[in-house]
Amino acid sequence: MQLTLTPEELAFQAEVREFLNANIPAETKRKVDLGLKLSKDDYVTWQKILYERGWIAPAWPKEYGGPGWSPIQRYLYEEELAACSSPRLITFGLKMLGPVLIEFGTDEQKKRFLPRILSSEDWWCQGYSEPGAGSDLASLTTRAIRDGDHYMVNGQKTWTTLAQHANWIFCLVRTNTDVKKQEGISFLLIDMKTPGVEVRPIQTLDGGVEINDVFLTHVRVPAENLVGQENQGWTVAKFLLGHERVGIAGVARSKKQMARVRAIARAEMKGGRPLIEDVRFNERMAEVEIELTALEMIELRLLSEEAAGRKPGPEASILKLKGTQVQQAITELLLEAVGTNVHALDPGILEDHWPPEGMNEDLFSPEYAATVASHYFNWRKASIYGGSNEIQRNIIAKAILKF
Amino acid sequence: MNFTFTEEQLLIRETAERFFRDDYGIDTRRHNVAMPDGFCRETWARYADLGWLALGIDEDFGGVGGGAVEMAVMMEAFGRGLAVEPYLSTCVLGGALLRLGAADGVKPALLGQLAEGKLLLSFAYSEARSRYDLNHVECRAVKDGGEYKVTGEKTVALHAGQADKIAVTARTGGDARDAGGITVFLIDRDAPGVTVRDYPTVDGFRAGSVRLDDVAVDAARVLGDVDGGLALIEQVVDFGAAMLAAEAAGVMAALTDQTVTYLKERKQFGRPLGDNQALQHRATEMYIETELTRSLAYMAAVRADDADRTAAARAASKAKVKTGRAGRLIGQEAVQLHGGMGVTEEMPVGHYFKRLTMIDHTFGDAAHHLARLAENPA
Repeated sequence: MQLTLTPEELAFQAEVREFLNANIPAETKRKVDLGLKLSKDDYVTWQKILYERGWIAPAWPKEYGGPGWSPIQRYLYEEELAACSSPRLITFGLKMLGPVLIEFGTDEQKKRFLPRILSSEDWWCQGYSEPGAGSDLASLTTRAIRDGDHYMVNGQKTWTTLAQHANWIFCLVRTNTDVKKQEGISFLLIDMKTPGVEVRPIQTLDGGVEINDVFLTHVRVPAENLVGQENQGWTVAKFLLGHERVGIAGVARSKKQMARVRAIARAEMKGGRPLIEDVRFNERMAEVEIELTALEMIELRLLSEEAAGRKPGPEASILKLKGTQVQQAITELLLEAVGTNVHALDPGILEDHWPPEGMNEDLFSPEYAATVASHYFNWRKASIYGGSNEIQRNIIAKAILKF
Repeated sequence: MNFTFTEEQLLIRETAERFFRDDYGIDTRRHNVAMPDGFCRETWARYADLGWLALGIDEDFGGVGGGAVEMAVMMEAFGRGLAVEPYLSTCVLGGALLRLGAADGVKPALLGQLAEGKLLLSFAYSEARSRYDLNHVECRAVKDGGEYKVTGEKTVALHAGQADKIAVTARTGGDARDAGGITVFLIDRDAPGVTVRDYPTVDGFRAGSVRLDDVAVDAARVLGDVDGGLALIEQVVDFGAAMLAAEAAGVMAALTDQTVTYLKERKQFGRPLGDNQALQHRATEMYIETELTRSLAYMAAVRADDADRTAAARAASKAKVKTGRAGRLIGQEAVQLHGGMGVTEEMPVGHYFKRLTMIDHTFGDAAHHLARLAENPA
């Protein structure tokens, strides 16, 4: 056991840090620091910078455009990304579909789609959940019927994050209704410009519109867009959810958010002194930091085991479960930290440019407080999406109880 | 000792619950929130017709009598209905300030107008650096013959932009955090030198920052004692905390009902979600915490007018700590158990969750009241 970084790892960390800090656009950094909305262009511009440097897909094998880093290097990179105020990279192509195509795709599919994921030319979204198939994903009913060299697709996907920016969607569709529900599912790639694809925004409780319904009405999809074998989609889906563990817990981002809590606590006053000097508030910060440190150590242990070639177990579920709990606990600390500044709602924070030029002195509350409440409300989604925390507990229970 | 409601109290509850069930759904609320004032003046007039605004006001002054318990029953119904009308700022805070602090010469007329729905009030006691400390007052008032000149800035004053009059705390002596030297003034919102920046709050209410530039106030418009205003401020805010706890109990009950209904209706894996014992127990915790909050809220209401101010303050703080903690649990669980639907604007659950969250951060959060209890042992 060794908690200090080797000289090589330190050199790697310094190189990454220097590049990221020198190249992140100032406006993007400001938006991330204040928790503001980013435009499609903000995401794509930054991803292209990382792409040019060869760092956009750290987990991909070298022959497909990855940098060939070890799990520890990938971990250090995630940490530096968060520290430099990088936006979350759009995961649907980079962390979901990319690895799926590398594992299950045909040579044609790899050649056609992988370079466009790396270059951010394509923006992918995920067509998994349906109104009647949330936690019980396998009961999905979007139907794909083979018709010569095409599939005819009909159905509805929901909770589709940033579908408004996407030009492609990967979908789980039902291709056989006569078998056990997991055995009749296929994994299909659909061009969003195909007639019959309609995106409708869903407003969330914080007032934002990040998620969408995607309606598929008589959508003709070329059969060559099937990934893996017909009716093998459930295997593909499970691979997609389980294969990547670096970053799943959001440790790096949580550390960055804890720094934000401290910065706010230095600005806010309590009992005539800065809040950062309040013992009780420090106790509450310490409680969250203990959980965060434990989570980070679990992640590092798992990465070491992965580097040694051990197969992943149900630990990915711990990372998701505990990771979202820590993230949500930090949103609670932020709420407490800003005190009475929590109340004001500036509708401008829902736009991707805020505040308008020269409006700073007209803000209802300090700039750092503007998004705190809406972030708290919005981030309740974290324990619901990507397999709710109840589903993660089911997975862990199945693994340890072995019923 | 008696914990049952009187017939009058039961009648208030029944009338109010029927009103919100039949005439005030989530769509009405959305509509009212979007109005220029952030609430519906016609609805306010109906509240007046129903006698709700006259609760807690002596019959001699045009009220219908009753006290904190009647108003708690009202607040609980407002919580269940998620009402956005300015009852808290006008009747709870404003009413208490007038009742306890107004000079005899002005009291009857002001309370009479309030009861008729013709006077909206706001209480501006908070400042940028005060957090939840009521004694932290930097706003200054200087005596000038028969009047005072008030200068300073107040923050997050509920419904300041809609109010006809704003009660402002200002320092007539001492330093920023001294207990003595604080005075409460009743100022016309349209008086020269008063600027209100009105904004929406995250839970659909309105609040405002109030800037005062050398605002002249007649000495007869002092509420409570000159230099001794802190006792009045504390009593009024404690009363507000007790009433908020009652509103929160109503919000919690609504969230628990909505969640139980959803667990019974939503099917996954071929059966209702509510078939899972793990989820049944979580709904059970929501129910238990609602009942605990409701009980502490009633206690705080009964104690509110107690001559023993320490007992009243401790009861309010206990209720507020429970409100904050139970509110967080119930709000979060209601959203989580609704799954993706819970985070949509479309479902009522998110709106109730937001109100419950902001109740915790009004009149001092759970951490503030827990520290207050710990630092002032019985």
